[in-house]
Amino acid sequence: MTSHDHDHHHHDHDHSELSETELRVRALETILTEKGYVDPVALDAIIQAYETKIGPHNGAQVVARAWSDPAFKRSLLEDATKAVSTLGHVSRVGDHLVAVENTPQRHNMVVCTLCSCYPWEMLGLPPVWYKAAPYRSRAVKDPRGVLADFGISLPKQTEIRVWDSTAETRFLVLPMRPAGTDGWSEQQLAELVTRDSMIGTGFPKTPFNKTPGAPS
Amino acid sequence: MNGVHDMGGMDGFGTVEPEPNEPMFHAEWEGRVLAMVRAMGAAGAFNIDTSRFYRETLPPDIYLSSSYYQKWLLGLEDMLIDKGYVAAQDIAAGHAVESAKPLKHGKFKLDDVERIMVRGKFGRTAPAPAKFKPGDRVRAKNMHPATHTRLPRYTRGHVGVVERNLGCNVFPDSAAMEAGENPQWLYTVVFDGTELWGSDADPTVKISIDAFEPYLEAV
Repeated sequence: MTSHDHDHHHHDHDHSELSETELRVRALETILTEKGYVDPVALDAIIQAYETKIGPHNGAQVVARAWSDPAFKRSLLEDATKAVSTLGHVSRVGDHLVAVENTPQRHNMVVCTLCSCYPWEMLGLPPVWYKAAPYRSRAVKDPRGVLADFGISLPKQTEIRVWDSTAETRFLVLPMRPAGTDGWSEQQLAELVTRDSMIGTGFPKTPFNKTPGAPS
Repeated sequence: MNGVHDMGGMDGFGTVEPEPNEPMFHAEWEGRVLAMVRAMGAAGAFNIDTSRFYRETLPPDIYLSSSYYQKWLLGLEDMLIDKGYVAAQDIAAGHAVESAKPLKHGKFKLDDVERIMVRGKFGRTAPAPAKFKPGDRVRAKNMHPATHTRLPRYTRGHVGVVERNLGCNVFPDSAAMEAGENPQWLYTVVFDGTELWGSDADPTVKISIDAFEPYLEAV
């Protein structure tokens, strides 16, 4: 390895411990930096932004607002991009967000069978299982089986709608508000909203145990 | 292309295994790969559809045996070499030995980070009126382009119903091949599970895709 590998973010590693992939990534970054294509400090900032600015807390705030404010819920289901952009504290989402509502009659679940499309601005970067073959292959054919992998089940008669994210539209599931939360503040409600409940592979936590539970 | 990436409906991949308290990155290099892909895309080396196409064209055995960010790395290397931004000699040497090719939007700098944390806009002015409206029955065409497409195989030849008009958008099939944005109307089309998977399928399941107008024909 050469001297240019001693960039500020390459520290505390013994080269002998580096995997082939790590070496390859470092080499590519060295090449892009030496050619003047990227500033490594900007790459650091991208990673930091993903680590701090986006995440399921954004989606949870939107869901909690929809649970608390019927007018907001209506506008969210009508035009999610527009509705979310009115919440100043949530990061901007671009033009193509669609919110879909779970009801006692219908459960929504989101997948991207072709790659890994996911509402990053609302939920952060997708978990490994969302991007992996078992979920991508089965979600559209056997959604109840997939839900069983997550340890949850739905009543037999509940319609399941699977949204395959094949274009730039991004889907946010609006789960049902748990029972026993009358009078709760938006902040309290947001704490019940799990990432998986906004993908449709889980339910919100309940006020009784604050762990993911069955729908009320 | 009829690649292994088009996984909807395939059997045999096993159960979904959620990882409790999953970290955002499982190794430091994953974040570097993500950042390089975002930065080089924003600098104008490629668009998002091209980057998807390069991951799809990885050999099936490599695609299936590589982790997510490994696929991103391999796709990025191939793409940068094909587009002339990086030479095979650079990769072999582990640093830049060939001269740089100018980027459409110039070097990616710290000031550029904020703008890429907002999603891009894909809506475009419509060149013609929409052919379909909500409620229309449509068939997903039996088409098998060898290049990039976003019409999943499991829907081809099947009949669904237009639920929503999503406006006119950049057409990935053209954009991926750097053949222009070629804007097309985009619709949410809903299929019954039994239409896609046969009469034994769960009758309570419906599946929708977002389909561009050239993927659809009137029934």
